[in-house]
Amino acid sequence: MSAACVSRRHALMGGLAACCLPRFARPAEAPLQAWPTHEVAPGIHIRRGVNEDVSASNDDAIANIGFIVGRDAVAVTDSGGSLNDGRRLRARIRAITPLPVRYVLMSHVHPDHVFGAGAFGADHPVYVGHAGLPRALSLRREYYRTRIEAILGKDTVGAVVMPTLLVHDKAQIDLGDRVLELHAHGIAHTDSDLTVLDRKTRTLIASDLLFVERVPSLDGSLKGWLQELGILKTVGAQHAVPGHGPVSVEWPQGCRDLARYLGVLLRETRAAVKKGLEIDAAVKTVALSERSRWKLFDDYHGHNVIQAFKELEWE
Amino acid sequence: MGVTRTLLLALVMSTVAALGHAPVANADDSEAAMKAHAAQDEAERAARWKDLRHEIFGARSLGDGAGVIQIAAPEHALDAALVPVTLTMKAAQPIKGVYLVIDNNPAPLASHFTFGPRADPRILKLRVRVNMYTYMHAVAETADGKLFVAQQFIKTSGGCSAPVGSDDAAAMKDMGLMKLHILGNFAAGKPVQAQLMIRHPNFNGMQMDQITRTFTPPRFIRSIDASYDGEAVFHLDSDISLSTDPVITFGFVPDKKGTMQLVVRDSKDVSFNHSFDVPAA
Repeated sequence: MSAACVSRRHALMGGLAACCLPRFARPAEAPLQAWPTHEVAPGIHIRRGVNEDVSASNDDAIANIGFIVGRDAVAVTDSGGSLNDGRRLRARIRAITPLPVRYVLMSHVHPDHVFGAGAFGADHPVYVGHAGLPRALSLRREYYRTRIEAILGKDTVGAVVMPTLLVHDKAQIDLGDRVLELHAHGIAHTDSDLTVLDRKTRTLIASDLLFVERVPSLDGSLKGWLQELGILKTVGAQHAVPGHGPVSVEWPQGCRDLARYLGVLLRETRAAVKKGLEIDAAVKTVALSERSRWKLFDDYHGHNVIQAFKELEWE
Repeated sequence: MGVTRTLLLALVMSTVAALGHAPVANADDSEAAMKAHAAQDEAERAARWKDLRHEIFGARSLGDGAGVIQIAAPEHALDAALVPVTLTMKAAQPIKGVYLVIDNNPAPLASHFTFGPRADPRILKLRVRVNMYTYMHAVAETADGKLFVAQQFIKTSGGCSAPVGSDDAAAMKDMGLMKLHILGNFAAGKPVQAQLMIRHPNFNGMQMDQITRTFTPPRFIRSIDASYDGEAVFHLDSDISLSTDPVITFGFVPDKKGTMQLVVRDSKDVSFNHSFDVPAA
């Protein structure tokens, strides 16, 4: 990528400057290709993320990201894990519709979902996030950015964009004959989870409140996640877009594996605490029955047990 | 995504990949270079420890800890902000105190325990932050004033700057809550282990708020005193390396049913006092 693309000016302006667009192509390399997307419901296009961790070869394109096209405008949800990831999504939008990108939704604080936001600066969109997102981002973005750029290279993330429209509890945005219902959740996967319901097609963009195939990662509250999942089951969606895994699953059947995983994690961690097991011993025993059922289990599960243990040992 | 673990792995992998892609004339050279690099790292770590031990222990000699003190921690820590460490002590002489040094942490002397007459100083467990790949050194001091050292290398990073729990306000609200669990069966005159849990964010002053461009001010536990019916079990001088909501397991010898008193002081000079019936009522 062109280092000039993420100029100092851009950084100083908090990622809202429009300097990115004209220098889109990387002169020495092949131009960025538009991502392939799947139309999971009329007007809802999703790019499937790979079941990998961030690496130099995947541009942090590891989450399911995409966009929703209304009569008048487009909403991006989510923007991707790096500037390149976001640019390739933007190229795909431009290939599909001339409508303006009016909203960029930011489903939660994790970098694989929001570090592509800088690619949409030229569209001057409204960046939409959970009311808790500014604080979460302010505490974590440099930490994440340093670490992502250590892997992907300098200036691959850019200045991290902050949300400009905050959702407390519920909100709606209208793309023209298409009203999206936004729901800011209680602490669950993280403390800044935002989901989108497209009433028109009864599609739930669940982001990381729904993991399929790829082992869930817990960075908020286990009990909270189970509670929010219960709420999501009843919103009236017919299918859902997970944050990781296939681009679309039946709803609510599609959360069966996740609910089982979280349930086993809760029960067995609670039992470990009750038995007086130390946290490191719990890591070696809790919920291992789930091991064969998930990708990247060994990379995340132990950390999940630690998170669950910290939460449950104070019950 | 679970960031700490992922990024850590990815960092390691990218390093490996970078090494793999380096233009090399032949494999032997490359291997030799890597060995030289590792040797240099090892030399730097040895120099670091030499400085630290001089700073902490002056000119006193440190004997081999084999048979006196053991340190156990996961070689690859899953969560850099919560690395469980177990120290096991056994010596002909009574153990007077134990130091835990995390060489590459910003404040390396993580903990210094001094045992009182009610202590059973054979085991200590605690949870610490680890900022980067580092040796940990555990040093036992026996009653005759001798020092014995054991070490372990830990691979993890980011534990100090890693953002702490998601809600500072909630963390502050419950600050000072404590729980005490007696592990195993209580019997008067018999050593028993206890697990002490303390709600305290242990902010180390290294978590930056990018909006205000300020760091969350440090607020951490400076000392813990545990006593049983007025007799000391241990005194701990601690620092920013203890994890959020510290959990400490220690041994003591209750001569009869009694009360464990705990006094926790933090860096704002606030004291938290709790008493627990032993065994629990």
